[in-house]
Amino acid sequence: MSNVLDRPVRTTHARPAVRRARSPRRADTGPRTLVSPHSLRTRRGRVIYWTVLTLTVVVFTLVFVFPLYWMVTGAMKSSGELVRMPPSVFPEHPHPGVYEKAWQQMDLGRYLLNTFIYALGAWLIQVAVDVCAAFALSKLRPIFGNVVLGGMLLTLMIPPTVLLLPAYLTVRDLPILHLNLLNTPWAIWLPAAANGFNIFLLKRFFDSIPSELLEAAAIDGASAPRMLWSIILPVSRPILGVVSIFAVVNVWKDFVWPLLVMPDTNRMPVSVAISQLSQEMPQNVLIAALVIASIPAVVVFFVFQRNIMAGLTAGGLKG
Amino acid sequence: MDISLSRGTRWSARARRGRGVRRNLTAYGFLCAALVCFALFSWYPIVREVILSFQKTNFIGETKWVGLKNFHRIFQDPSFSAAWKNTAIFTLLALICGYAVPFVTALLLNELRHARGYLRFVVYLPVMLPPAVSVLLFKWFYNPGPGLFNEILRFVHLPTLAWLDSSKTALISLVIVATWTNMGSGTLIYLAALQTVPAELYEAAELDGAGLLRRIRHITIPQTKLILLVMLLLQIIATMQVFIEPFLLTGGGPDNATVSVVYLMYQYAFNFNNYGGGGALGLMLMLVLVVFSAVYLRLSRDDRDSRPARV
Repeated sequence: MSNVLDRPVRTTHARPAVRRARSPRRADTGPRTLVSPHSLRTRRGRVIYWTVLTLTVVVFTLVFVFPLYWMVTGAMKSSGELVRMPPSVFPEHPHPGVYEKAWQQMDLGRYLLNTFIYALGAWLIQVAVDVCAAFALSKLRPIFGNVVLGGMLLTLMIPPTVLLLPAYLTVRDLPILHLNLLNTPWAIWLPAAANGFNIFLLKRFFDSIPSELLEAAAIDGASAPRMLWSIILPVSRPILGVVSIFAVVNVWKDFVWPLLVMPDTNRMPVSVAISQLSQEMPQNVLIAALVIASIPAVVVFFVFQRNIMAGLTAGGLKG
Repeated sequence: MDISLSRGTRWSARARRGRGVRRNLTAYGFLCAALVCFALFSWYPIVREVILSFQKTNFIGETKWVGLKNFHRIFQDPSFSAAWKNTAIFTLLALICGYAVPFVTALLLNELRHARGYLRFVVYLPVMLPPAVSVLLFKWFYNPGPGLFNEILRFVHLPTLAWLDSSKTALISLVIVATWTNMGSGTLIYLAALQTVPAELYEAAELDGAGLLRRIRHITIPQTKLILLVMLLLQIIATMQVFIEPFLLTGGGPDNATVSVVYLMYQYAFNFNNYGGGGALGLMLMLVLVVFSAVYLRLSRDDRDSRPARV
């Protein structure tokens, strides 16, 4: 169950980013923006520019990095030092052992593993199910295909949070089958696959792949699964990347849904577990746990920075 | 010759029909997993929500149809109007902070020629943190005693605030957390939009003697109007579903000052064991949000149609 803002948004008139030919004269100016390059080259313009730049860097660092610094160092302070006023900017006697304590006392390894399993499974199932569906709707075009597509896109209008209760009741007692999925990974994996936005993105991309390729393959006797595997998938890497990132990030960040469907403490993902245990832990142990829980996200962001930021405007991909 | 031709066409017609059936079967074979998932976890819950809100269910006694009683019951709850009021105020405040701040930030970042990668990375970093982590982190910062925010206020010799403990500042505290965690995505989306504004327009306006503010007003904003509108709607839809902040920071208090609609829905179902009341609340929120979503989808479709075709 994801936040609406996690969806990529299409920017207007997505033009191909034309990079100007680099001439030695204008080496450091990109395309022209609000402020004219002339006024930047004057003495006054340069002074203003560097002041604004310095201010921005300082303010951004204070607002976005300093809280994280406070968190990482706060975990290494003793309980006494944590409540002292005024606070110490550097821990006087850093106790890195608090991290070890948090890891062991809160059993964080287990919860991180749970989160990892939920994210991995949701990713695999989501990609498999949604790619197959989008392929069928885009290239095989069965009767009532448009009705099915309409029904899937209709779910985009209803944010998942408002369906929290009926979805929870469904997972607790599946209609017809009468299975209880609570405390099983399926309660996270299967609802994640019902993602109208993925189907929309994938179908739009598949539509842009020329059907002649498939017709040629059909004459050579290729079956539908073969076409999907050997023709469609190899050219769909960019869109698969976008869908994968959103699948993993959504499950990783989700809180309400696992809170409801994983009532058993041993099954909780890490963010739910920490919030449930937060009352019983000493402050510094809790802060250490927060640091540990955010490390995987920060590492993933560091590695896939470019793809994640590009995925934000994924709607602008060709199609 | 004649016979063979007619036999040939009949054969190929049947074959075509056979191929059509086979193609449909294959297609629905590919679709079946998605159909099951959507049916169980998207379509059925929508129907179930409507049914739920007209029933009395607690899964211990029997289920009864009670008509509009659930709605009567929640209308009388003082938390009900508080929840809608708080959600509306929260959405409004979050719009003022979470809408204007990212846009201005994006305008600023778009002008800077240095440290671009660093600034973008840093502004998006909180978006990547699990929301529970950032919310619990801010809970510590909001501590009226040794919390970071009051320490800073003391450091600059300003009066300290009770933050989450006072009904006056609790809601704005939640807005601050939400803005800090979410503004990165808005900022980057606006940045992408700003880069599509044609440079010629700025040059022309400059020749006409338009100053910085007039260039923003008459070129930047009209050129990015559609994305601004779309983001406005997305933001409204997202913030109206606020749950994790009141759930982890305040528990709806003090004095119902931060109870939100989704939080109240959660309480009805899981604290009061009244699924009917929760369902009724969910149904109301759904109807409100569907209106916004419909406008959003309409706008983004217009955007696609108006764009020059390109493969």
